Amino acid sequence: MSDPFALEFMRNAFVAGTCIALAAGVVGYFLVLRNQVFTTDALGHTAFTGSLGALVAGVNLLAGVFGSCIAVALAIGGFAGRGRDRDVAIGTVFAWVLGLGVLFLSIYTSTRSAASGAVGVSVLFGSILGLQPSQVAVASIAALVTVAIALLIARPLLFLSVDPDVAAARGVPARALATVFLVLVAATVAESVQAVGALLVFALMVTPAAIAQNISARPWTGIAISAAVSVAAVWAALVLSFYVSLPVSFFVTALVFAGYLASEVAKRWHAA
Amino acid sequence: MPWDLLADLQLLLQFHFMQNALLAGTLVAVLAGAAGYFVVLRGQSFVAHMLSQVGFPGAAAAVLVHTSPVVGLIAFCGVAAGGIGWAGPRLGAGSRAESAAVGSILAFSLGLGLLFFRLYAGSAQGIYTFLFGTILGITDGDVQLTFVVAVLALAALAFIGRPLVFATIDPDVAEARGVPVRAIAIAFLLVLALSVAITVQIVGTLLIFSLLVAPAATATRVTARPPLALALSVGISLVVTWLGLAIAYFTNAPVGFAVTTLAFIPYLALRAAHAR
Repeated sequence: MSDPFALEFMRNAFVAGTCIALAAGVVGYFLVLRNQVFTTDALGHTAFTGSLGALVAGVNLLAGVFGSCIAVALAIGGFAGRGRDRDVAIGTVFAWVLGLGVLFLSIYTSTRSAASGAVGVSVLFGSILGLQPSQVAVASIAALVTVAIALLIARPLLFLSVDPDVAAARGVPARALATVFLVLVAATVAESVQAVGALLVFALMVTPAAIAQNISARPWTGIAISAAVSVAAVWAALVLSFYVSLPVSFFVTALVFAGYLASEVAKRWHAA
Repeated sequence: MPWDLLADLQLLLQFHFMQNALLAGTLVAVLAGAAGYFVVLRGQSFVAHMLSQVGFPGAAAAVLVHTSPVVGLIAFCGVAAGGIGWAGPRLGAGSRAESAAVGSILAFSLGLGLLFFRLYAGSAQGIYTFLFGTILGITDGDVQLTFVVAVLALAALAFIGRPLVFATIDPDVAEARGVPVRAIAIAFLLVLALSVAITVQIVGTLLIFSLLVAPAATATRVTARPPLALALSVGISLVVTWLGLAIAYFTNAPVGFAVTTLAFIPYLALRAAHAR
């Protein structure tokens, strides 16, 4: 009980956790920059319903999560409206999507053994220590591909996010780029669900990016800080949960939130 | 077999837990329908969302120290509402910094709720109860507390209702006429906190939109006149809750699913009709 790396599930968790955190940190930075935080919330809810739907239908869980998240991301991309009406619309639709997830959950738990009751909790709050080797491989590769694509479109995406009008005038394909980005967000949410759960994706995608924006106004530095904070939080949470018997997801949320509060205080103190 | 409404009603009211659920549900529906109207009018649906998620660790903490979850919900939601009312005007509404802050608080409060549950060694079912609502766990004490809270909150809402509509539709003119806009905004947030705290009992923290926002969103699409829209919102909320509880009772479908689906259908129908 001294070396966390002696156990295979810990090594798996570190590999998958690192790749996922990298993707969440990088994609999350653009998410906060583009002020699309609530889209993540919506996609997190979808991931819950998607994964339970996959369990009920007996298909691969990851396929269900990725499929449902990407489909919904494309649907959101199609929404043209903005403002108050859009908030109400998205909120009402996602309350129902979640309600549907509850139905799947009850079907799944009543047709399987009693032990399967915990499956919903692991989808909601993550179960990084319970990953199968195949899941680790799929999640890691998907996460690294997400990072690569995000960095590839980073330059025009930054331009578009900071000054949409000038970017459009310069011939940046605004609509296509925004849609590609939403698909990236969906993929990242789907990957993160295993590590921190559908409800806590904010902790890896939004909070590190918020910290980065408090520390630096320069985009590339910000992306690097966001990714570094995200990875550091996952590592620290895994080590802590190895020695203290509490959920990994709790440590992830608590660590990044402490960092966020510290960065807020530092920003105020710096400005004063 | 002919359908016998009376017999079904008798069957529905046969058990004490169901009587409690219907009593609490009725109180919740009236308050959620009324408060929800102002939420939609003021465009504060995500504040309602955030308050409900902050309520989750509150409920879990209350269970941990062996008190009623409603007490924890009211305490946490009340503090959060006070905090938003106090800090709100300094954060630009809808700004990047605000949504990042809200997102960070959401994630942390849910993580905290998970921690409290693990400390209590609660079952998966216990977590689902708070996240998605239940019709089984409402005690006599909860019904009494819900009654007191609902009456207080409705009285407060009746008291501030008129200036609140004024302050929402035209804040500048209201301020010039001597309406205490800021104080009313904070008072409304506190009423909203109470509404969220008792609504969570029926539909859970994650499905709060289905009772607090969907009926009001439907009502404001039907009519723009405040008294009529308010009444319609309460009416839809009541029908959705009663039918949802009955469906959950007779079919074994989760109450959260029944209520969200019933609330979603008229909203979707109206939107579709509007779009054509």
